[in-house]
Amino acid sequence: MNSDATFKIWRTHPEGGGTYQDFHTQVSEGMVVLDVVHRIQAEQAPDLAVRWNCKAGKCGSCSAEINGNPRLMCMTRLDELNLWEPVTVEPMRAFPSIKDLVTDVSWNYRVKTQIQKFQPRHADAPDGTWRMAQRDVDRVQEFRKCIECFLCQDVCHVLRDHHKHEEFIGPRFFVYNAALEMHPLDTADRLPALKDDNGIGFCNITKCCTKVCPEHIHITDNAIIPLKERVVSRYYDPVSRLLRMFG
Amino acid sequence: MEVIPVRLESRGFGETERRDMWWSTPLVVLIGLSLFVVYATWAAFQNAHYTYGPYLSPFYAPEIFGDSPHAWFGPKPGWIPAWVPFSPALLILPFPGLFRFTCYYYRGAYYKAFWGDPPACAVGEPRNAYRGEQSFPLILQNVHRYFMWIAVGFLFLLSYDVWLAIWFTDPTTGATQLGVGLGTILLAVNVVLLSCYTLGCHVMRHIVGGVHDEVSKHPLCDRAYACSTALNYKHQLFAWGSLFSVAFADIYIRLCSMGIWTDPRVF
Ligand code: SF4
Ligand code: SF4
Ligand code: FES
Ligand code: FES
Repeated sequence: MNSDATFKIWRTHPEGGGTYQDFHTQVSEGMVVLDVVHRIQAEQAPDLAVRWNCKAGKCGSCSAEINGNPRLMCMTRLDELNLWEPVTVEPMRAFPSIKDLVTDVSWNYRVKTQIQKFQPRHADAPDGTWRMAQRDVDRVQEFRKCIECFLCQDVCHVLRDHHKHEEFIGPRFFVYNAALEMHPLDTADRLPALKDDNGIGFCNITKCCTKVCPEHIHITDNAIIPLKERVVSRYYDPVSRLLRMFG
Repeated sequence: MEVIPVRLESRGFGETERRDMWWSTPLVVLIGLSLFVVYATWAAFQNAHYTYGPYLSPFYAPEIFGDSPHAWFGPKPGWIPAWVPFSPALLILPFPGLFRFTCYYYRGAYYKAFWGDPPACAVGEPRNAYRGEQSFPLILQNVHRYFMWIAVGFLFLLSYDVWLAIWFTDPTTGATQLGVGLGTILLAVNVVLLSCYTLGCHVMRHIVGGVHDEVSKHPLCDRAYACSTALNYKHQLFAWGSLFSVAFADIYIRLCSMGIWTDPRVF
């Protein structure tokens, strides 16, 4: 396969805002979208800004929206796309744009610092070590696959369309919370924060985050809903409360 | 150089760069759920053709008051005023109805299909204001766990109806004999699908084991959690499968009772 293709790439303007710019370029078999962006950068637009690092789907830097779908550019092969029509490449829309395809995701790092850290119980053995069952660890292990690409944050309509960045931490940080809160050794209590400051109730379980996760983490089913259920048991279910009082 | 980030404008209703048929899934959900609600409401108001031989339609089960031999406490009691619409289905259908209405899977699906919140992933929304389930009224969706317990009760009652559905009365002799008809099989499949749906509910998964950080230390919970989790992964499939089987069992019994279909006997 050696053919021509058109890419409509989002370019920001120095005075603010942005528009798509059309690039016609040669593509060949095995290429991914990030390769095309690099070729355009090398041959036609040296000032085109793009963030990337590993080109192996593991650093989470190259997140963008390809034909409207939040994807990693380095993991989107051209043979998955219809090259008969122009392919659009634009930055993540849930975060402020810095230049072209590069967005400012620093909000995520600020959110992360506010989540209670891991607090292990006292060591189980005199030598200062712990004992855990493999299957209990497996449950949280899934969450540790996260590469912080923030594609789930990008697609989540609570952030993307409703800009609730002040009241809602987004799916990535429910995954992070779940990794800590369900950890067999952890003793900290994150439920009050999850209910109020982290706004878990804003999630309306539409599962868009799960669909875009390049690590295939079951974000909604395994992280968000189990946390929601823990919040419900603690705050919204009078029967559970009563049982706790007597139990 | 200082860079001042700018936010891209949110998109308007239905706007997206997506090229795939993003509208197809919400459309199928919209049509599927609407058809079910319309049919179930119509069927519930009929108050007729809900039994055939030993079969009782799952829309009418349990029959608390009613005219069929399945009724627990005989016909409609006198204290229900005549102007109140009555059918045995109206007394019980709200419970499974609200169980499904508050189910996590259906919530996510109908928020998209009926409310456009969002219409599909990465597609612009019709409204700017948004409260989600963080406050009234949708915070009430958290009653789901109570409806789940009621639904578990229904599983026992519907299983009992399958037991009754294997005892046929011979019209000539009046004797009761063991048998299996297509209706018996439909009612049994329906109970299996409903059980897979209910036991894989997220609340069930939470209660039987999800609540513990070290579920391996509670042997009974450990096994139950593994089972519920396995069913939970197919929750969407069982949600639709059981919705279809409930409606089809009612249609089947209705058409047999009206004489349009005949019920083939296996033995
Ligand atoms: S399931 Fe919840 S967190 Fe995930 S995209 Fe939907 S609203 Fe956002
Ligand atoms: S949960 Fe998945 S989509 Fe979200 S940041 Fe982590 S890897 Fe990316
Ligand atoms: S460049 Fe590292 S994930 Fe794409
Ligand atoms: S979550 Fe679907 S039935 Fe409970």
